Amino acid sequence: MQYWSPGSIEEAVGLLSETGATTRALAGGTDLLAQIRIGGQAPERVIDLKRIPELGRIDVDAQGFRIGAAVCSAEIGEHEELRAAWPGVVEAAELIGSTQIQGRASLGGNLCNASPAADSVPALIAAGATCTLAGPDGRREVRVEDVVLGPGQTSLALGEIVVDFRLPRPQYRTGDAYLRLIPRSEMDIAVVGAGVCLSLDRDGHCTACRVALGAVAPRPILVAGAGEALVGHAVEGDALAALSAAASAATDPIDDMRGTRDYRIRVAGVMARRAAVIAAERAASRV
Amino acid sequence: MKRHVVATIDGEHAEFLCDDGQTLLDVLRDVLHRTGTKEGCGTGDCGACSVIVDGRLVCSCLMLAAEVEGREVETAISISNGDTLHPLQRRFLEDAALQCGVCTPGFLVAAKALLDRNLDPSESEVRFWLAGNLCRCTGYDKIVRSVLETAAELRGGTG
Ligand SMILES: Cc1cc2nc3c(=O)[nH]c(=O)nc-3n(C[C@H](O)[C@H](O)[C@H](O)COP(=O)(O)OP(=O)(O)OC[C@H]3O[C@@H](n4cnc5c(N)ncnc54)[C@H](O)[C@@H]3O)c2cc1C
Ligand code: FES
Ligand code: FES
Repeated sequence: MQYWSPGSIEEAVGLLSETGATTRALAGGTDLLAQIRIGGQAPERVIDLKRIPELGRIDVDAQGFRIGAAVCSAEIGEHEELRAAWPGVVEAAELIGSTQIQGRASLGGNLCNASPAADSVPALIAAGATCTLAGPDGRREVRVEDVVLGPGQTSLALGEIVVDFRLPRPQYRTGDAYLRLIPRSEMDIAVVGAGVCLSLDRDGHCTACRVALGAVAPRPILVAGAGEALVGHAVEGDALAALSAAASAATDPIDDMRGTRDYRIRVAGVMARRAAVIAAERAASRV
Repeated sequence: MKRHVVATIDGEHAEFLCDDGQTLLDVLRDVLHRTGTKEGCGTGDCGACSVIVDGRLVCSCLMLAAEVEGREVETAISISNGDTLHPLQRRFLEDAALQCGVCTPGFLVAAKALLDRNLDPSESEVRFWLAGNLCRCTGYDKIVRSVLETAAELRGGTG
């Protein structure tokens, strides 16, 4: 295996676009290096993205936040302004692995590893995040929900990398939340993950709501029907029950040692409802 | 061809030759013979290989040695001051927070990283911070207690 650490996006894209050798991007390596160790199959070249300045920074301006795709979760958790604006995205990033994993794991890696259970992905989808891709044909902006196609599969073209994630400054009375159910309190893979972002009007009625689920389908999913069920209503009673039912109905989970299919279907609704309640509390506390 | 890497390891200037595919853990142990850092799983699950790179706690088994070019690496070796034990090490011994000892360097590095940030952690904070360090011998309680007592000692209390 050859190791390259380009200092620019153009150089990285160039290296990743060359055919003839199996080449993989490397961010924190918490998926890639573990997979190489377990599977024994190393790519011929790895291209380390962490020395590219644009990928390693969080920037804030009047429009909002730009999170470099290789920034580690620990750094995301330490960014007070980001946490205040998007607590759900930050709590999802902070759920990834142990303290040691946090020191390396990036949002770009979490997305591009394309696990159905990746924790930050439903939170980013719910928040309406987009990402910037750079490839041999230039740059494009895509919604996070359009990146993962299925387990281990993304819509990135050959040579394309994720440069950053964009989040606006949150709208009036908007809040987000992410909840994950695992069989113990740390260090496990989600049975269900639920991200919710919603906005309230002055009277506490929901004006917009996005619900995204992880670990209950071949890829993280945006459940438009679940969000719509809440719009126009206070975040309680029948409207919440309708959100919960729509979330459960949208799932197509597997059976495994962490939970049966039926269990996941039911728990998806419960986690979506609970995340919505937390998101609503956060939205209400904002002026 | 071997790669030439220059870094700071445990406060000292270090240069070594490695293969691009070698992990930092492999180089620490097999090239630099700094065997204080242990291997448990090799896949990020056990924390025995914990080191601090540029101030961040990481698993050295999930990092390529080539990545530390120009960086600062702290291993379990630099926790003591020569023969003088760090209070964490002393407490671990006094409280019997180790048995076989394979997990101990990782726990010490991780615990020190916590105390460097927060000298007054709650028990729950200690347990969450150390969730990536596995111990098959002690049952964790003595480890957690040692960390809390060290924190108290370093705050200037009686511990
Ligand atoms: C012990 C342990 C516990 C874990 N716990 C969790 C958990 O609780 N929740 C969770 O979601 N995950 C967990 N993971 C998985 C992993 O840590 C995360 O998915 C992490 O976010 C991956 O990021 P990385 O930077 O380490 O990715 P890498 O391993 O560097 O890369 C992952 C994949 O993405 C590609 N890639 C990386 N960056 C880019 C980019 N910018 N553009 C294009 N492609 C890119 C790589 O080529 C590779 O295929 C755990 C892993 C371990 C070892
Ligand atoms: S050896 Fe690195 S985490 Fe187990
Ligand atoms: S003392 Fe043996 S594994 Fe912890």
